[in-house]
Amino acid sequence: MADSIPTVRRERARAPVHVRLFGDRIFNTATFILALAILALLAGLALALIADSFPAIRAFGLHFFISTEWDPVNDKYGALPFIYGTFVSSFIALAIAVPLSLGVALCLSEMAPDWLSHRLGFLVDLLAAIPSVVYGLWAVFVMGPWIRDYVEPQLAHYLGWLPFFQGPKVAVGMLSAGVILAIMIIPYISSVCTDVFRVVPHTQREAALALGATKWEMVKTAVIPYGMTGVIGAIILGLGRALGETIAVAMVIGNSADISASLFKPAATLASVIANEFAEATSDLYVAALIELGLVLLILGIVLNVVARALVLGVQRRRYQEAGK
Amino acid sequence: MAAGVLSGLHGETSYRYRKFKSDAMMAVTVGATIVTLIPLFLVLGYLLTKGFASLNWAFFTHMPAPVGEAGGGMANAIVGTLEVVGIACLIGVPIGVGAGLYLAANRASQFTNWVRFSADVLMGVPSIVVGIFAYAVIVRPFGGFSTLAGAVALAAIMIPLVTRTTEEMVLLVPPELREASLALGVPNWRTMLSVVARTALSGITTGVILAVARVSGETAPLLFTAFGNRFWSTSLFHPINTLTVQVYTYAISPFADWQRQAWAGALVLTAIILALELGVRWVTGGAAKAPR
Repeated sequence: MADSIPTVRRERARAPVHVRLFGDRIFNTATFILALAILALLAGLALALIADSFPAIRAFGLHFFISTEWDPVNDKYGALPFIYGTFVSSFIALAIAVPLSLGVALCLSEMAPDWLSHRLGFLVDLLAAIPSVVYGLWAVFVMGPWIRDYVEPQLAHYLGWLPFFQGPKVAVGMLSAGVILAIMIIPYISSVCTDVFRVVPHTQREAALALGATKWEMVKTAVIPYGMTGVIGAIILGLGRALGETIAVAMVIGNSADISASLFKPAATLASVIANEFAEATSDLYVAALIELGLVLLILGIVLNVVARALVLGVQRRRYQEAGK
Repeated sequence: MAAGVLSGLHGETSYRYRKFKSDAMMAVTVGATIVTLIPLFLVLGYLLTKGFASLNWAFFTHMPAPVGEAGGGMANAIVGTLEVVGIACLIGVPIGVGAGLYLAANRASQFTNWVRFSADVLMGVPSIVVGIFAYAVIVRPFGGFSTLAGAVALAAIMIPLVTRTTEEMVLLVPPELREASLALGVPNWRTMLSVVARTALSGITTGVILAVARVSGETAPLLFTAFGNRFWSTSLFHPINTLTVQVYTYAISPFADWQRQAWAGALVLTAIILALELGVRWVTGGAAKAPR
């Protein structure tokens, strides 16, 4: 053993400083290039979509966004039915997912003891682990028929005077897509909300309780207002997920390029029409139009994500600043 | 804020009513949690019953049967998923880990902020859009759907996930370790690789496994990149079958036997992904979480 020490020393002494710095230079350059690859990936993504949708942008201009005509046979493309379908299905999803997610987040952060809270949180997270295509399969064969047989008749009976709940009751349609989307985005919204509520300082809660607030009053006056921007961020993050979700929606929305007030009827979203028609698109203009739909999705995804992250980070940063004082 | 609570106090509402309201609202949150978990158990329950009922040995060993013929399996799709995800790892893990090391080592620069921002933005890009990107840069120039295109699409989804977990895990390494190594005269690159990255290795591996679990379940970016194939193929430059695409095609088909196999495929797919997720959580004691 004693012999090995001088050996190491000699090896070290043999490598002059500039050689060792050379190794550093290689390492720094290599990691720099790999970091640059991420910037290049984002830039390449945007450029590829802009370049490949250019024929459609040139052919239709802004008319693309207000035209309801989607007619591959005559090479006429308008995105409005898909933009409409994307937003309506996402808003159905949010209408269901937001109250449930807030309930889950409050239950996990305020109600459940630590050991239970982590186990329940884990189960909710599992919802995010199930692949989209599996949700789609379940929605096609189980949830869709159930909505057709039990939910839609009830809605039509009690709320049938509204235009949203009229028309034939079918298993595939806007409502089914909205419900499956809700199930898929709840884990995202609820986990961000739980994190946000958990960083609310204990002094805030104690102050409310000391003033005589009940638990719910404490939540209402101290927890929710403190985390409000984070909650809004979480909702926007969920909206971003819902807008871009593809396969499950493509399987249950029915894929029809019609705009109809009825939520029972089949519709289509930006993502679902790309999934359904891209591989079979024949003309160049058809492909370009589909890629332009993808470009719209990309822009929506980027904008919503940036806004949501800024809001959520804002809450957490404020917490750290206050803790630092 | 205090006014809100106090107005409740000196109003005519009794404490008993307020207490009741509080308990009721808290019960509602518990109810919301239960309602949220019902679909999870329903999906898993249907997968187990319908999936196991249609799962047999042929599923793992046989090729898809010709249209209209009963029987057959998804042997090529299982191999295809392994191949596409494997190649995606070969592309995505070095880039993601390297970029993560860079972000952790160069905290202060403006460039770092831009890269981190890009990684966060990439995580929010819908996966089907990533599929279009792979179509534009691989499928079109090479003149056809291919394994490589599918792998590139999945790698593009993995990279930001791996980058962000690597960065976080490396930042958890105590700076004293790095300083001790540098003080001993070990060059920075050796320190970063054999001390810092070595210490963070289990965390980085966790991140990679979670990213693998995530992309294994992706269907949308493979539809027009790897495309699917009813025949045996392991070639990089030909279309290849994957479990997700096969389940998708069978699920929306009109044939009862294909729909039956879709359930079996979905069960196998979910089992693989949950095994990865649960395995990682079990090993790390429940701390691991994929970045969103």
